[in-house]
Order: sequence, then structure tokens, then C-alpha cells
Amino acid sequence: MNRFIPRALMAPAVVTLFLWMIVPLAMTIYFSLIRYNLMQPDVSGFAGLDNFEFFVTDPSFGTAVLNTLLLIGSVIVITVVGGLGLALLVNDPFPGRGVVRMLLISPFFVMPTVNALMWKHMMMNPIYGVFAQVAQFFGAEPVDFMADLPLLSVIIMVSWQWLPFACLIFITALASMNREQLEAARMDGAGYLQQLRFMYLPHLGRSMAVVVMIEMIFLLSVFAEIFTTTGGGPGDASTNVAFLIYKQALLAFDAGVASAGALFAVLLANIVAAFLIRMIGKNLD
Amino acid sequence: MAATRNVQPFNWLLLLRSVAAWGVTLLLIFPILFLAATAFKTELQAIEVPTLWFFTPTLDNFHEVQERSDYLLYAKNSLITSVGSTLLGLAIAAPAAYSMAFFRTRRTRDILMWMLSTKMMPAVGALVPIYVLAQKTALLDTVWGLIIVFTLSNLPIMVWMLYSHFKDIPAEILEASRMDGAGLWGEFRHVLLPLGMGGMASTGLLCLVLSWNEAFWSLNLSAANAGTLAALIASYSSPEGLFWAKLSAASFLAIAPIVVFGWFSQKQLVQGLTFGAVK
Repeated sequence: MNRFIPRALMAPAVVTLFLWMIVPLAMTIYFSLIRYNLMQPDVSGFAGLDNFEFFVTDPSFGTAVLNTLLLIGSVIVITVVGGLGLALLVNDPFPGRGVVRMLLISPFFVMPTVNALMWKHMMMNPIYGVFAQVAQFFGAEPVDFMADLPLLSVIIMVSWQWLPFACLIFITALASMNREQLEAARMDGAGYLQQLRFMYLPHLGRSMAVVVMIEMIFLLSVFAEIFTTTGGGPGDASTNVAFLIYKQALLAFDAGVASAGALFAVLLANIVAAFLIRMIGKNLD
Repeated sequence: MAATRNVQPFNWLLLLRSVAAWGVTLLLIFPILFLAATAFKTELQAIEVPTLWFFTPTLDNFHEVQERSDYLLYAKNSLITSVGSTLLGLAIAAPAAYSMAFFRTRRTRDILMWMLSTKMMPAVGALVPIYVLAQKTALLDTVWGLIIVFTLSNLPIMVWMLYSHFKDIPAEILEASRMDGAGLWGEFRHVLLPLGMGGMASTGLLCLVLSWNEAFWSLNLSAANAGTLAALIASYSSPEGLFWAKLSAASFLAIAPIVVFGWFSQKQLVQGLTFGAVK
């Protein structure tokens, strides 16, 4: 077969993906350099780096960056530690292990908007929410999560969604552990903590790195949970970078400033992606 | 493990572990179970304090959700966009994956890595351009607009998954069929399709789940016309609690099929989302 057919078969995927990457990127770079407000079509012209300056010096910017880091950091710690514990718990056989493993993954398949509203109304509502009732049962004052702990609320929702993902990956990785080595370690009298420290954790190092990096990429653009519950508020208390860009673009209609912010988000993602891609590349052949 | 092999009268550790595992799991899925129960309550029962555990289930919420917000229209949009983007994605990704798996060149690896890198761009980075493009091409708030965006954002994962499945098909089988004079179509029809069906199915399943749950683009690019279930449910976010039972019913219907789907496709999901980095 000649070389034309393989290339022709590959072309649609390569061309569409190339356009999907390059067109928005070029437009974003262009928009970020001009004055472009959707509500003021008469204001135009080259803006230089004004948009970047405006985005970065906006008082919301510092809060948004801090919130993004807090959100990503907390969710990663919660899901990796919790997921690891859970995976170890269901690793050895017990009655109903198959069913438990199947049910465990369920939160990951709940769509983000349902996840958010479910937690907001059902669990965290200060009057009839489950948490409020538990608090009252113990004689404590119910917490108004959305008003007083907005960022923590979002962290809980997102962690609930991603904990099963981390757990599932650790379960998969644990399945490929060398049983004989473990058995040998046990024969030699290794306690559970020693097994954990010298057998399990080294084996799971790689999958932990994968979980951390994949979550970083997805959590950088957490949006629906914030959009449907707190709307970024009160004030900027639960606004992350993704939501700030959205506010600039579709609420303030300032496409120029939003584009400058978008380039910032792309830069952040690329730093993580560079590490991840190198790691996956090693595994390819 | 060791304990079950030795004959022991009773294994306390096993009991403890079983109780802990079941307890944590039920706690974790409690919100989903509670949501399902609330869907069958009346509005007053739904917000009753203390929580009502026993009640006569009612189907009123489901009727009313349909009447008030045309639930079926949004469900139809969700179905069309997720099935449409899955089929379109498979049609574009399968030939590419086939070509990469069976006609490897020095550049195949680079192309795969590059495709992967496009998936790592945060969606919000492309929000303004995609919004403007959709507006200019009259694709804003149309199912086609969503199908195109969903397809493109899932394409790297699809190519990647199909490639890793096709790679496992022995090249000798394809060569033998070529020797026997099968054309490209015959090779596809009689060899690749039957052997690659499993890979196509699991890739399609994953793509279906991802598109159905997609919230960023459907919230920003669709409204009353092409809105998906994810967008419909977000639109309920304002009324405080008042419609909680109806919202539960709508949410329950929106997540039930996908959660059940997910139970049976979790292995593929791990592979797809980690790009094969965890085996």
C-alpha cells in the first residue's frame, strides 16, 4: 500500500484537532492585545499589555489565584489520602467486595451540576440539610455553608466527585502487585505498616503521580460547581481563575481582559501538562 | 488472605474490614440514595425537619418537572448531543487510530503526544474565541454547535483509546487478508470491525458518559433551545429549596442512566482518562 492512504485516514483527526487548538489560541492572543468589549463595539484599537495589567492588578485576581491553589491542593490531598485508604480497605477479599467496588465509583458519574445542587440543598442547607440536622442532634449551631464557608463547600463537592477516581486508579494499580513478594515479606514477619511503607507505597508511586497530575489539569478549570452554588461569592470568596475569566467574559463582556486571563490559565496548565506528557510518553512503547 | 487459608473459628479482622468497607461506601453514596428518595416525596415532605425516612412515594414530581420545564426536550438534547458526538468522534478517530496502529512511522508517537496535549488545554482558555465563533456561525444554542465542541474535546481520548486497542490486533491477520486480495474496505469490514468492536464499544461508552455530563460548554453555549440536562439542572439553582423535590426528580432522572453505565465501564474509564498510564 502506498503512503497516501495512511495519511489520508489520519488527516481528518489531525486537521480538526489542529484547528481546534490553533484557532482559539490565535484568537485569544489577538483579543488579549486589543480593546474588545462585547457591549462597546465602538471602542477598539491596539491595547498593548493593558489587558494583562488590568487582569493581574484586579483585586479579585490575587484572591482567585489563591482560591485556585487552595481548591486544587485540598482536593488532591483529600482524594489521594482518602482514595489510598479506601483502595487498601477494599483490596483484600471480603463478602460483597465486587458490589462495593462497583458502588464506590458512583459519585464520579454524577454530573457536576447535580453534584453541586445536591450538596447545596440536601446536605448543606442550614435549615433542613443533613449536616444541620446532625449538628442540631449534637446540640451545635448549624453552619450556613454557602454564606460562611463557600470555598470549603466547593472543596467538599469536588472531593466527593474525585475521591472515587483516585480510589479506582489505586485499586487498578494494587491489582498488579506481586503477590509472592508480599507473601514473602509476610513470612519474614513484616507488619502491616512495614508492608505499607516498603511494598505498597513504592508500588503506588507512579499511579499517585498520575492521579495528582490529571486532577491538577481538571481541577484548574472547576466551573460548574461554583456556577451553580455560590456564583463565586460571597464577594470573591469562592472565585477561582476559571470563574474569574468567565465573569470577565460573559458577565462584564470584556473579551480582551478575559483573553488575557485565559492565556494565564493556559500557561498554568501547560506547566503541569509538560510533566504529565513526559511520563505518559515513557509508557507508550 | 492468610487468615482464610488457616482454619480459624472466627475471623474478627475480616468482620471489621467488611463492616468498615461497607460503611464507608454507603456513607459515600448516601447523597445519591437520599436524592433518589427525595425524588419520590412531596415538596413539604422533602424539607421536613427531622428528615422523613418513611413515606408514601409519589410520582407527582416527575409529571410536574415535565410540564413546567419541558424535561423531555432537554433529555432529547442530551441524548442527541452525546450520541451524535460519540458517533462523529468514532468516525473521525477510528481511521486515524487504525492508520497509527498499522502504519507506524517515526512521527506516530509525536502525533499521539501532541493530540494528548490539546486535551490538557483548560476549556476556559478557549471560552471567548469559541463563544465568538459560535455566535458568528449561528451555532450558538444549537445541538450542532454542542456536538462539534463535544466531539473535538473528546477526540484526543478517543484516538488514544482506539489506538491502544487496535495495536493489540496482530498485524499478520491484516496482512493475510491483504494477500487474499481484500481491499481497504474489505479489510475494514471483515477483519478490523469484528476484532476492534470491543475497543470501539468501550471508547464509545466513555465518550457517551463524558458528553452527557459535560457542563462547561453546555452552560456557556446553550440555553432554551439546545440546553442539555446539565444546563437545565443548573437553571434550577436560584429558588432556595422551594422546588427541592422536583429538582431531585429531575436530577435523579439525569444521573441514573449514566451512573449505571459507569458501573460497567469503569475499567475503560480509567484507561481513557489516564491515557494508559496506569495499567
